[in-house]
Amino acid sequence: MDEFRLPALDLDADFWSLRFVDETCQSFAVRKNVPQPLSVQTDRGVMASVYAGGGYGYAATGDTSERGLRQVLERAAAWARATARYALDDSRTLPRPAPRGDYASPSLLSALPTRREWYELLQHESEAAGCDPRIVDWEALVDVRHATHRLVTSEGGDVLQRYRFLFPSISVTAHADDVTQQRSLNGYRGICQQGGTEILARFGFTGAGARIAQEALELLAAPNCPSGRMDVLLAPDQMVLQIHESIGHPLELDRILGDERNFAGTSFVTPDMFGNYRYGSEHLDITFDPTRPEELASYAYDDDGTPADRTYLIRDGILERPLGGAISQARAGLPGVANARADNWNRPPIDRMANLNLEPGDATLDELVAGIERGVLLETNSSWSIDDSRNKFQFGCERGRLIEDGRIGAVVKNPNYRGISAVFWRSLARVGNADTLQVLGTPFCGKGEPGQTIRVGHASPACVFTDVDVFGGES
Amino acid sequence: MNIEEYFNQLAAAADRALCAGERYTMDFSAEETDFVRMNRGKVRQPGHVEQRYADIDLIRGARHASHLLSLAGEPATDTKAIAAAIAGLREALPELADDPHLLLPATVASSRNDRHESMPTSEAMVESVLRMASGHDLVGMLAAGPVYRGFANSDGQRNWHATTTFNLQWSLYYRADKAVKSAYTGFSWRDAELQARMSDAVEQLALVSRPPKALAPGKYRAYLPPSALHEVAEMLAWGGFSARALATRQSPLAKMRANARLDPRVAINEDIAAGVAPAFQSEGFARPGNVPLIEGGELVGSLVSPRTAREFDLQANGANAGESPEALAMAGGELAARDALAALDTGLAVGNLWYLNYSDRPACRMTGMTRFATFWVENGKVVAPVNVLRFDDTLYRMLGDNLEALTVERELLLESNTYGSRALASVTLPGALLSELNFTL
Repeated sequence: MDEFRLPALDLDADFWSLRFVDETCQSFAVRKNVPQPLSVQTDRGVMASVYAGGGYGYAATGDTSERGLRQVLERAAAWARATARYALDDSRTLPRPAPRGDYASPSLLSALPTRREWYELLQHESEAAGCDPRIVDWEALVDVRHATHRLVTSEGGDVLQRYRFLFPSISVTAHADDVTQQRSLNGYRGICQQGGTEILARFGFTGAGARIAQEALELLAAPNCPSGRMDVLLAPDQMVLQIHESIGHPLELDRILGDERNFAGTSFVTPDMFGNYRYGSEHLDITFDPTRPEELASYAYDDDGTPADRTYLIRDGILERPLGGAISQARAGLPGVANARADNWNRPPIDRMANLNLEPGDATLDELVAGIERGVLLETNSSWSIDDSRNKFQFGCERGRLIEDGRIGAVVKNPNYRGISAVFWRSLARVGNADTLQVLGTPFCGKGEPGQTIRVGHASPACVFTDVDVFGGES
Repeated sequence: MNIEEYFNQLAAAADRALCAGERYTMDFSAEETDFVRMNRGKVRQPGHVEQRYADIDLIRGARHASHLLSLAGEPATDTKAIAAAIAGLREALPELADDPHLLLPATVASSRNDRHESMPTSEAMVESVLRMASGHDLVGMLAAGPVYRGFANSDGQRNWHATTTFNLQWSLYYRADKAVKSAYTGFSWRDAELQARMSDAVEQLALVSRPPKALAPGKYRAYLPPSALHEVAEMLAWGGFSARALATRQSPLAKMRANARLDPRVAINEDIAAGVAPAFQSEGFARPGNVPLIEGGELVGSLVSPRTAREFDLQANGANAGESPEALAMAGGELAARDALAALDTGLAVGNLWYLNYSDRPACRMTGMTRFATFWVENGKVVAPVNVLRFDDTLYRMLGDNLEALTVERELLLESNTYGSRALASVTLPGALLSELNFTL
């Protein structure tokens, strides 16, 4: 292929791989009706990973010339040899992948708006959002990112994966009478998918500026969310955060193995729980699904070259397997999935979430609401905090709507709720059907030493949880 | 060729690539870092990363656009890439609107700072760490090597900031989530210093190994050492002092523009002169050595980027686009750190706070968890480690009505953030004794 020229390479090592990354991003934004300067990013580099003498090492550079490749292979091999006697794992026991294949995002080559057209679209939404003097800040933006990833291994592996991502966003801040409220379209960068302009239509981007602004103004006049134990109906743009923090991270096998204990933390999940632990009610089905075409973290192979398939992690509420790539699986002696991922060429693969989805049930949204005597509908995550074992959490949302006697009522501001992961999912009482499902995600999942910010996708229907500790803001 | 000469060649290439009527700014960052990740007292992932990035803003009249590009480190290749990036931006400019918020420095203010001290190899540092932690469940990471920042523009301004640092962050685990977190960071490595810190950690680990105490939610007296107050400071750094966030009411400190106050002993400034951040920002503005932010408990200043200065008719004061502090410093008080537990008497000695977020941003109410070595103290003596607790309280109570004392001693904490690149930032903080902190879960 043309993107990365690969010379004949020879290295005195048990195994090596080269992982090339080439990404380009154009960012368009209009803030307070002022077009922001165009911003372009291009990022290209390569990481070598080497097994030698029982050790493992990596090295990365922006120099993808033949000289650069030879240097990173030698440097990675030097690290492997230098630390072999201290190595946590004997690299001679680790898998040596030889994958061959490719992947392409849906609509990869379909036409996109021109620069001028992007700015016109954003300008229109910005002007609609800035419709009232109480709207004190507002912004419409989109990032368009293209990525090409290639993985080559000494065993003959060669995988080429090409992606296109769109990250559209609209957010507003309203202020009056000492009250400030923020509202956004499915959260900060919550809309993020692979594909083309069909993504904008899917989320009603055109026309969203005025809608979001109206909702922010409505929040200014709304009372605080009441406190007490009640049912909650979580909209998909809050469910994604709930899944991410209290199922995704605790199931990461590298956390369970202790790698993250100095930074991101450990997990309340232990290896003996797989196959028997009741994680949630019988309504809880969680899949690792890299095959849903539009979802942000769909791919054919992970960054260690493991083929990616749809796999149940939790079925009927019972924990089946962790989120662990091939190396973690070998270390733990547990099954896993293809989720060894790196956020760029300059960071090594570790266990990440990719696409983690809650499978839809059979209830319509009306049926979900009708089943609640006293509760609150919570929309769009705005605050997230959870302990280092991923158990005690507290989350906040942009907007709440009271539910009384099976009917949606008044809007309330500053809704928060808290709970404990290990028991919270057992209160999952009802799961919305596919009509209530949204495919969302985030480009900002942080983890790892050194730090990595990676793209993850979450698809979820609306869900009802019973007897949750709900509360509002300060006043 | 050393990297400063290489940077100057890139700037010269940008100069040559300009057409009449064009200007440019170039923000340069690079590093050569050894990252060694450890777990269970062994090496998990050792590696080396070399990266170089240039962010070029091409300006013609009031129109401009930027291109951030990775570089190979080869002058012949990279000077062509710079020229190609400028050509691409030139092609885009006619399609763009004038930017009413563009502000560039009116004067040329070149500067140079280069600090490198001798350090052992990363292999030798790791060997020392593992030897001193022998027999313990150590997990952590060493990041070491040079970090470079540069700025150039078409007016001939050149700024250079280079420093070689190490940042070792590690934890010793007893079991599950019971652990002691430690750090050793700086410019000059000394095995004896590491040994002293490791010995302290081992001593604390003995306390962590005691049977834990589960506290019910409620209000407790609390001592937050600099390592815990650091997380609170990080929350304030998230838009708290941003002039734009204050002007648009998004800052969690916006109420301080009206009538909200902290304790009169609270004084906070952006102390670039005492930190590790460059003395210039990404558009070439020089940074003052010190920007007062809170004095006598009152908000007296903010961090103003050039764009915000133009938008709100303010004076830019060296802030980057995000208007986050990079050398936040809080004044100390009158309590000797060695007397902190005695002054606490009965309550929580918090080792670290973790995963903070706002539960009501306009009220500056934040929530988060205790983490690592957090102890229940009675009569000034450690009784037991405490199972993790969630707090939820406002800054106005924590550093206002409920602030009992600040320690005399302050600690300089180098930022350990390695997302994308190694951060060049720091905080300098005292410890804080609170008459109560609200724990909710």
